[in-house]
Amino acid sequence: MAEFFHMGGYALFVWPAYGAALLVAVALIWQSIADYRAQARLVETLEKAAGGRVRRAAHRQSGEDPS
Amino acid sequence: MAGMNMISAAQRFHAYANPARFMALSARLLMPLAALTALLTGAGLWFALAASPPDYQQGETVRIMYVHVPSAWLAMMGYGVMAVASAVALIFRHPLADVCAKSAAPIGAAFTFLALLTGSLWGAPMWGTWWEWGDARLVSMLVLFFLYLGYMALWATIEEPVRAARAAAVLALVGSINLPVIRYSVVWWNTLHQPASVFRMDGPTIAPSMLLPLGLMGAGFTLLFVTLLLVRMRAEILRRRVRNLRLAQAGGAGEV
Repeated sequence: MAEFFHMGGYALFVWPAYGAALLVAVALIWQSIADYRAQARLVETLEKAAGGRVRRAAHRQSGEDPS
Repeated sequence: MAGMNMISAAQRFHAYANPARFMALSARLLMPLAALTALLTGAGLWFALAASPPDYQQGETVRIMYVHVPSAWLAMMGYGVMAVASAVALIFRHPLADVCAKSAAPIGAAFTFLALLTGSLWGAPMWGTWWEWGDARLVSMLVLFFLYLGYMALWATIEEPVRAARAAAVLALVGSINLPVIRYSVVWWNTLHQPASVFRMDGPTIAPSMLLPLGLMGAGFTLLFVTLLLVRMRAEILRRRVRNLRLAQAGGAGEV
């Protein structure tokens, strides 16, 4: 096990490479999901506040079927 | 008959261009894609770190290749997606195209950053240097990173979405000249970085025991890219809906 972490003497180069990949992947996934949730919450709040007529207009604008 | 087919093909194209259809389709794809990403990356990591041999010249540092090379592939593929989507946005005004281009940029930039960083960590012990300004592959990858940053900066600074989309698309297309430069940099200027050993006309020259982890990690990273792209496109579509709802509330439906 110690041999595995030692990486033939190159531990200081191999592990930071994998650590950086993990960090970047986790940060991207977290940020993408957080942004999606934030936007979804905003849509919900705004649609609740708006009347049906305004909602239909907004959907037409973004090219969606009002449903 | 051929005319009928043309019409139905065009209708299908527009059906998928519809953001609502995209939202429904992507919602169904996300979980299977995420599961497949985890599976392939997990298997890839096992082979990359444990079940593959050290290189006879490079020793254990060869394991850096299994994150470095897929990152570099995705850095270029991300830009390719961005450039093609930008062209589609400019020419066909496809309503999802600039959403796709904008969403691909931060993912591509992140992979480019990883390729540069892991390359540096590999270069230090094997080449004896963290960075070499004289190497065309290194410098063209750094240019790619700055192209991504410039593209994102354009989106961030131009308020009006239609103008931002056009300016960013033009930048993406102009910058795509850098892709063949990166690809052939190791042939045109043969300095430090080694030439291609996987995607070659005469087939891969890399040992099968190393091709397996590389292939698995490459597939895993590609699926991660696709999954993240879908999530970010969904967020971007919602962001536009938020914008439209706010405009509708502020100025009345007639003014939007």
